[in-house]
Amino acid sequence: MRAIGIILAGGNNKKMKELSAKRAVAAMPMAGSYRAIDFALSNMTNSHVRKVGVLTQYNAQSLNEHLSSSKWWDFGRKQGGLYLFTPTLKTDMTIGYRGTADALYQNLDFLKKSHEPYVIVASGDSIYKLDYNKVLEYHIDKKAEITVVTTKLPEGDDPLRYGLVKTDEEGRITEFQEKPLVAESDMISTGIYVIRRRLLIELVEACIQDGRYDLVSDIIVRYRGLKRVYAYELTTYWRNIATAESYYNTNMDFLKKDVRDYFYREYPEVYSKVDDLPPAKYNPGAKVSNSLIASGSIINGEIENSILFKKTYVGDNCVIKNSIILNDVYIGDGAYIENCIVESRGTIKEGARLIGNPDDINIVVEKNERYIM
Amino acid sequence: MKKEMIAMLLAGGQGSRLGVLTKKVAKPAVSFAGKYRIIDFPLSNCINSGVDTVGVLTQYQPLRLNTHIGIGIPWDLDRNVGGVTVLPPYEKSSNSEWYTGTANAIYQNIEYMEMYNPDYVLILSGDHIYKMDYELMLDFHKANNADVTIAAMPVPIEEASRFGILIADEESRISEFEEKPANPRSNLASMGIYIFSWPVLKAALLELSDEPNCDFGKHIIPYCFEQNQRLFAYEFSGYWKDVGTLGSYWEANMELIDIIPIFNLYEEFWRIYTKNDKLPPQYIAKGAKVERCILGEGAEVYGQVFNSVVGPGVIIGEGTVIRDSIIMKDVVIGNNCEINKAIIAENASVGDNVIIGIGEYAESKLNPKVYAFDLATIGENSVIPAGVKIGKNTAISGTTLLEDYPNGVLESGDYIIKAGDF
Repeated sequence: MRAIGIILAGGNNKKMKELSAKRAVAAMPMAGSYRAIDFALSNMTNSHVRKVGVLTQYNAQSLNEHLSSSKWWDFGRKQGGLYLFTPTLKTDMTIGYRGTADALYQNLDFLKKSHEPYVIVASGDSIYKLDYNKVLEYHIDKKAEITVVTTKLPEGDDPLRYGLVKTDEEGRITEFQEKPLVAESDMISTGIYVIRRRLLIELVEACIQDGRYDLVSDIIVRYRGLKRVYAYELTTYWRNIATAESYYNTNMDFLKKDVRDYFYREYPEVYSKVDDLPPAKYNPGAKVSNSLIASGSIINGEIENSILFKKTYVGDNCVIKNSIILNDVYIGDGAYIENCIVESRGTIKEGARLIGNPDDINIVVEKNERYIM
Repeated sequence: MKKEMIAMLLAGGQGSRLGVLTKKVAKPAVSFAGKYRIIDFPLSNCINSGVDTVGVLTQYQPLRLNTHIGIGIPWDLDRNVGGVTVLPPYEKSSNSEWYTGTANAIYQNIEYMEMYNPDYVLILSGDHIYKMDYELMLDFHKANNADVTIAAMPVPIEEASRFGILIADEESRISEFEEKPANPRSNLASMGIYIFSWPVLKAALLELSDEPNCDFGKHIIPYCFEQNQRLFAYEFSGYWKDVGTLGSYWEANMELIDIIPIFNLYEEFWRIYTKNDKLPPQYIAKGAKVERCILGEGAEVYGQVFNSVVGPGVIIGEGTVIRDSIIMKDVVIGNNCEINKAIIAENASVGDNVIIGIGEYAESKLNPKVYAFDLATIGENSVIPAGVKIGKNTAISGTTLLEDYPNGVLESGDYIIKAGDF
């Protein structure tokens, strides 16, 4: 393979609200039985990238657990593998990465010791399928020094949380504004980059010497005039889930047949850690409509336009509408849940009423004692 | 190399009483409870009991079994020392033969067992549904200073003549063993699970090596009695089901649907493992209805399903109503079908407006001993054309066309078996 992969999975975002208390965005459960990072990891393995480093920082425990074995994505071979880079205590007794470029700098050996000529950098919080080889070919064709994968802003999403890009006719990036105050383009950066490995090492070293630490603003944006930076446009489904609203909407997209077929049934597959759960069970009284139900769940009540992640228990006479119930939630009899995201491992008491607003989804974190047989 | 106890799992049988379900796969590889295969139960029992060395003896149609087991990753049986090993019959410099009986199969793999220098050998069969801690059985074997321990469970006396029956004293020592007796004198049935002290088993296998079709129940156990060895009955009181017939197979699946099933797959303790090749959640469409069912990963339901077991990746079309049926992995069912009491095996496809399970009872013309229980049984990769009607006690295998159905109907008791599925 001509490239190694780096997945930036350290990020957290205040806009995830209570959901970020527990884990990095890349570890968020997605689409019923996946986690966000599965999409980037599966793209890597499906593009035959054999060596992938995952840079973690913020609350990495969920992520570490998820990545405890690399076999699910078919890494862990004699050549290549999945490498986890969690910040460690350094000689000056500081800990943590000061930014994405610093994260790369502190693990520069990984880049230096590889022999593949290119690096694919991807973020762990986006939902998409992409054969990175196509980007790489484009990169080589254009004789680009950096290629940024761009896409049209998804409908209803906020442009100001992205890097906005303008290109010339050739596809060369002329303007690149990171999280601007005013949106002047609807072409956004997806946070996926292709760059020659030696150039990346050079740029990262220079960047750190200057006391700058961010890969995007201090390297890609800063060098856009100096280096040949090109845009590769992704035209298929792409969503970033780093705000509570987009997280909710992206999950709900999977209730649409075309999105479901694209990710669940079309080649190539998205892989995830296997949990060995029994099939979902529907008891008398179950009434399910336009919903996704993951394995290990037991359903007694009524569910509409919702996504139930793994091992959800829904009691008798419950009503769940337009909601997302994350992994291993127990919902007591007679509970009513509408427009909510229920955080994983929660226990909802009998008869509870949890109601959000279609424009302001209620994030429910319930830590009640659970008594089950 | 030393392992205290290794397991030998007999998985070579065809299971001919499962009819078209085992036309292309050995019985242990037949799917069960939506996402599992029958062999997952003994394999999971092994790893959960701390038995990490398992020889799986295969013979009849082993392809599905081989791909399912692989190197044992799903059961954590990919080990540096031990783990799972698939043992097919092999050619020898003289006297090459197939496995001619259960004990003969074990005899032909003496070298495999010797490799691990075991104190005890656990003999299992690949066609039972149960959860059992073999370690407790081994403790029992040791405590009684036994040579052979046979797991046994009480069965209704009227059914006892279908089993090997043990007659044991108060200390559980077995005084007599009768294979399928006409007039059973006890209701303690052998479950086909044995622990042998290895020197005893080895001696018996070598002594009986010339016995034609050498079998545990018919030859090895009687031989052990002759040698005055200490045989004990280990009484098991949990759920155990032989799914050897279409009726018992269907029934065992249906029992899983109960609100709190006797055989509970949802317990954290004693998990059953399988090769998961599907991950996505299942989708239940608007207007669909699913009640008293279990559904596998990635299934999509647009119609109505009641009292059924549905495997991974199945698609059930709009307006279709399914009751009391088993639909296995990746089956596609069209729109506006009506399906009652059917077993539809993997990858089959059913066209629109098909009605299955109609008409009055009629005895099967193909094999009344196999196709009974009013079930319509459809083999894997079969194709059912749109608009046909299919009766009870029927069997279908292969790609069928409209002209195979006289007036569009397959009457109860009838069958269509097409040769050559390629």
